[in-house]
Amino acid sequence: MQRTVIMAAALALGVVWAAQANAQAASRQGAPGSHGREVFDKWCAPCHGAGVGKPATAALAFKYKGSKPALLEERTDLTPEIVKYMVRNGVFTMPPSRKTEISDADLDDLAAYLSKGKPAAH
Amino acid sequence: MALPPGVTAKTFTDATRLFKEAVGKAWVFTTKADVDLYRDAYSVLRGEPDERVASAAVAPASVEEVQKVVRIANEHRIPIYPISTGRNLGYGGSAPVLSGSVVLDLKRMNKVLDVNERNATCLVEPGVSYFDLYRHIQDRGLKLWVDVPDPGWGSPIGNSLDHGGGYTMPHFRNHFDSHCGMEVVLPDGELLRTGMGALPGAKTWQDYKFGIGPVIDGLFSQSNFGVVTKMGFWLMPQPDAYLTGSLTAPNYEDLIPLIDILTYLENSGVCNGMPGLGSPLFNAGAIARDPELAAIRRKPGGGTQAELEAYARGKGIPFWSAQLKFYGPEKAIRELWNYSKEKFSAIKGVQFQDGPLLKLPLTAEQIQSKLVHRTEGGEFGLPEFGIPSLEMFSIGARSPANPEPRWGHAWFSPIIPRTGEAILEANRVFADAARELGMPYDGFSMPTTYWARSFIFIFGFPVTNNPKENAKMRGYFRQIVKIGAEHGWGEYRTIPAMYDEVLNTYSFNNHALGRFHETLKDAIDPNGIISAGRYGIWPKHLRKTRA
Repeated sequence: MQRTVIMAAALALGVVWAAQANAQAASRQGAPGSHGREVFDKWCAPCHGAGVGKPATAALAFKYKGSKPALLEERTDLTPEIVKYMVRNGVFTMPPSRKTEISDADLDDLAAYLSKGKPAAH
Repeated sequence: MALPPGVTAKTFTDATRLFKEAVGKAWVFTTKADVDLYRDAYSVLRGEPDERVASAAVAPASVEEVQKVVRIANEHRIPIYPISTGRNLGYGGSAPVLSGSVVLDLKRMNKVLDVNERNATCLVEPGVSYFDLYRHIQDRGLKLWVDVPDPGWGSPIGNSLDHGGGYTMPHFRNHFDSHCGMEVVLPDGELLRTGMGALPGAKTWQDYKFGIGPVIDGLFSQSNFGVVTKMGFWLMPQPDAYLTGSLTAPNYEDLIPLIDILTYLENSGVCNGMPGLGSPLFNAGAIARDPELAAIRRKPGGGTQAELEAYARGKGIPFWSAQLKFYGPEKAIRELWNYSKEKFSAIKGVQFQDGPLLKLPLTAEQIQSKLVHRTEGGEFGLPEFGIPSLEMFSIGARSPANPEPRWGHAWFSPIIPRTGEAILEANRVFADAARELGMPYDGFSMPTTYWARSFIFIFGFPVTNNPKENAKMRGYFRQIVKIGAEHGWGEYRTIPAMYDEVLNTYSFNNHALGRFHETLKDAIDPNGIISAGRYGIWPKHLRKTRA
């Protein structure tokens, strides 16, 4: 078992938005300025974006070890259902997002953006 | 549908209908799936019958709508629980303290109402996050910094009301102290403004804190006397440059003069950034790597001074390190570091290392470089530059050091004196407590330096999805709260599951403080509708006998 108690000072670390969004723009799929991408930039990119200091990207890189892209925007296997499930349920230290943060309409656009328009599975 | 305690289904249905009239049908959430979104994602009671859960949520978009909702709740005796961005993870998140409360979700109130560059102030609504405020300032090219806490998705209002802290200059790091003026909806729906805001047409609401008469702003922090709908803050003018310098001190007892000198420099305004304290000898990695040191640390008291000194001499490792940080004009901060070095030279064997001088603001390239990302091994963190981030959420996330991700975290964080003696004593006491309680523990902790005049001594507790593990953790937490208090060290902030225990430790004169809170609660919120139980303040009908 891992240490169950750690004594640690809180870390002071971070991310910035606009500069990174610009830097990533060239390598990203989806229509520039699409609403789904705006939702991603606002709500997901601080953890799931590209570049240094992104905890979720780092966690997925360790999880998949190259078998899948660490960046959600580069994944080709995401369905709208998976995206919606993760946003509304969270996992591990990722909390769910409330409808006052990401509305159902925003979530539809985000799911379409990350699934590259793949139809929902039935 | 879950019901608030003591409320009939008919009353709740009536109130819900009125909430819908007040804020619009789309913004009243009553289905299980929607209400589940308000669960505390980091709850230490996750999945247990005692987990604190809401019965519904209501999300107003304006002060007028907040007033309507509060009046309806007061008339129907419906307990409500205001949240701002709902991201106070590790301290309750978006869940109420009293199960069955209706969450009053203020996230839609997300306007930055004013930013005054000339006097470096702002006025915001509760749903504004640090990210939002930062972007608002950047988009307008204003030369202002926001002192940000670790979670950039937090709310300046919510964070300051819960006594959160940040990483720039001391008078900005304390987020409650850096506020200036509030607007509050009281439990009867009445609107109150504090400080100069009480003067109709005041031109200085964000410039002078006190107005006239008693300063009541503190009553609305870590409490439940009203719903804060606006707050002003003082911002930091963007400095020219940032300079760091580090030092090491070789001997065990050097910690005492080291802290005294540091405290003098901070209290004098010489060292105006947030210092870092460390121990090259004791850091957790060193203890884990070296069985000889681990064996010494496992002894009662964590080893004697003589044993530790012999070990350090043998290895040639200094006991202590400190990193000083300075904001300001380049020439001035270079001189302030030189002056600091003169002062620290009183410690025999001290060694200095000049850090880099960074011109501000950082460039886009610097912001994306490892230099300002500690999880990437960088020397700095973005919050030191007033830039919000979520990088700290790497704590507990999946990583090579942590292959089994956690489900959250909770902090035990007592305030201890700003002395070397206190650091040594706290480490001895908590290490002994850990051994006695069987609490896994592997290190020596240096305190964090958020506040002027005191230290916070922080233990992080992981939250898992295993109720047995979480129950064990709560048991440890409860015990060390008690042990801390027995030594005169009280928590500055805590998780909802510990509110009552922590308030009970502040027991001077037969709990005079808690009794005063209750007197206020009964006068201001006689129906006990707002945030019942927050920080141990319960309305009369739910009050338990004090331990």
